[in-house]
Amino acid sequence: MIETGLPILLPFVLIIALLFSRSAVYSKWIGILGGSLNMVVAIYLFSQLRQHDVLVMQMGGWAAPYGITLAVDYLSALMLLVTALIVLVIAIYASRFIGDKPGYSKFHIFFFSLIMGVNGAFITGDVFNFYVWLEVILLSSFVLITMGAKIEQLEGGIKYMTLNLIASLLFLAGIGLLYGKTGTLNMAHLARILNFDQQSILMNTSAMMFFVALGIKAAVFPLFFWLPASYHTPNITVTSLFAGLLTKVGVYALIRFFTLFFVQDVDFWHNLLLIMAGLTMVIGGMAATIYFETRRILSYHIISQIGYMIMGLGIYTPLAIAGAIFFMIHNIIAKINAFLVMGIVSKIKGTFYLKNIGGLYKERPFIAILFIIPAFALAGIPPLSGFFGKFILIKAGIEDKHYIVTAVAVLTSLLTLYSMIKIWNEAFLKKQPEATHLPPKVKLGISEVLPSVLLALASILLGLLAAPFFELTLSAANQLMDSDVYIEAVLKRIE
Amino acid sequence: MNSIILQLAAKYLKILFLLFALIALIRGHNYPGGGFIGGLLAALYIVYDSLAFTSQQIEKKLRIHPEQYIGAGLLCALLSFIPGIYSGSSLMKGVWLSLDIPVIGVTKLGTPLLFDIGVFLTVMGVTLLFLFTLSTKR
Amino acid sequence: MEILLSALTGLLYAGGVYLILRRSILKFIIGIIFMSNATNLLVFLSAGIVPGQPAFVGDAPSDTELMADPLPQALVLTAIVIGFGIAVFTLALKYKFFKATSTDDLDQLTNTDA
Repeated sequence: MIETGLPILLPFVLIIALLFSRSAVYSKWIGILGGSLNMVVAIYLFSQLRQHDVLVMQMGGWAAPYGITLAVDYLSALMLLVTALIVLVIAIYASRFIGDKPGYSKFHIFFFSLIMGVNGAFITGDVFNFYVWLEVILLSSFVLITMGAKIEQLEGGIKYMTLNLIASLLFLAGIGLLYGKTGTLNMAHLARILNFDQQSILMNTSAMMFFVALGIKAAVFPLFFWLPASYHTPNITVTSLFAGLLTKVGVYALIRFFTLFFVQDVDFWHNLLLIMAGLTMVIGGMAATIYFETRRILSYHIISQIGYMIMGLGIYTPLAIAGAIFFMIHNIIAKINAFLVMGIVSKIKGTFYLKNIGGLYKERPFIAILFIIPAFALAGIPPLSGFFGKFILIKAGIEDKHYIVTAVAVLTSLLTLYSMIKIWNEAFLKKQPEATHLPPKVKLGISEVLPSVLLALASILLGLLAAPFFELTLSAANQLMDSDVYIEAVLKRIE
Repeated sequence: MNSIILQLAAKYLKILFLLFALIALIRGHNYPGGGFIGGLLAALYIVYDSLAFTSQQIEKKLRIHPEQYIGAGLLCALLSFIPGIYSGSSLMKGVWLSLDIPVIGVTKLGTPLLFDIGVFLTVMGVTLLFLFTLSTKR
Repeated sequence: MEILLSALTGLLYAGGVYLILRRSILKFIIGIIFMSNATNLLVFLSAGIVPGQPAFVGDAPSDTELMADPLPQALVLTAIVIGFGIAVFTLALKYKFFKATSTDDLDQLTNTDA
């Protein structure tokens, strides 16, 4: 299946086009066009999955354990699809919020190299290749987070860089140890070798390196400190993009690795994952309550909600993993939407600081509606997507008798609701404080509001069509739990 | 630095650097060398110039901006995919063409060479970009 | 040879960890470079060392035991290239940060935390 390479090839072509076009207007349109094309590619690959279980391509025609494999199963295809939606939305949003600001002329180049990395990480079937895509993501995100070069951005950039570089080094060291023990780096081949290995407990060193590295990427409890220290510094477009996609790559990799080949010592790993998940949820949720800066509140929420996804992986039943995937996709959409709306609010009021904002409900009821949808979705109010994600996870937790972490999950959603109500009360209901200097009244254009509207619609649809969508995530989870299909597809079907 | 000896030497030595870079690029398929090393050596050719003069002068003298080197390099890499895609089997599949050139003999030209040229140009562009960005006082 | 290189790997890791615990940003970056070189060595050593033999090129021995494993070499090359890019970026970032704040002390970096 040569089409499997398209999610990588398309951003690559766009980067070349952007390198040669030097005007901001062209970049803007190339961005939007590229976002749409990426969407088409993702939908096409998803539709192909109806006929094949797993789409496989061997790069360069080298057969499976020797060459690099690209493989798309249901999980990858779902992630590609939601990434494509995000790319399109951010490309539209960037046309106004990045526009032709000085210092941002290269935004689209690094935006698409980030997307190339994310797409590549989602479809690769090789551990080292995954590392390379992580580095592509990392380097592009370094540039994006410091783009504009304000002092706080540089400082945030240093903090972001610090922990993420250590994570990459640990990941690479883990790869080295894994290769030393097994002699392969193809994920399917690794799974096959490790399943017949008697001394698979030796894998725990590599597994721990991978866990710490991916834990840093995913911002799991003791390793998350880089995230709230840096995410509120760059342009709001960049923050939203990072908030949605970067940590989720880490979660995706944890799900992929710990269901495919690190499955020998399940008792140890899944207990550890559950403990981490519980702590991540509570600490993130509690930290969010003390801040009055919207970007910081939402940043801590990212961490809190990573906990739910890890919890799904830790429970390790098909239902729980389906819940984790459902929750991840819901969270990408709702979280980015919340950030985008906060970007609009700051454009109207000139600040992200809640004490200086107020009266938006009367002034701009439409923005209020736009905010209430992702806020309720994140808090888990019934008709919206977040409710079903949490419901599946909690049901799985009770069925599998993990009562403590389930209770923590329920209580944390109260904390989430509290912070969302705080933003709502402060920004929308409260009267506008007197002493603040307001920027001149801005008229909102379609390219500012349309992204939020699209994502809000996606949130609502995900809630209304929860049953068919749950079927999809369940088939993704079944594919993950029954990894033979994936292994057979990669190792056998050599075109 | 403002040394007449260095400036005079730069004129002739840089040809040697460039030649060496090209040799490294071409022998790279079967022997030590290749696009990455070649690209670094080619960048050295301009680095040497910038030691003799200043990097601002060199940046002005360059006809092609480093970014365009990167673009051209990536384009070469992209072009090297096309024969593989056309043959319908797989992305990045190597396709070879045997040519009988007088004097040199039978030469095998393939998409890996094109890819290597792409790497060469990209690495050269990136290194120059590093150099110019870090050495100018911005 | 392998023992020597393993010891070197350990030494580089130790030096790297020591340096990244220092307060100076520049020392921190040097520490990261140390650790990245240590990791490269680790990956390179993962397949064992076969002295004096190339991977497949030329008249390679028919016995695969005597042949060098090409994969770690390729991995290390990739990792070195990535490390090169990252080192340049971090140095540029440090330079720019120093220009803006004229501090090299990690303890001064508290403005984005609270």
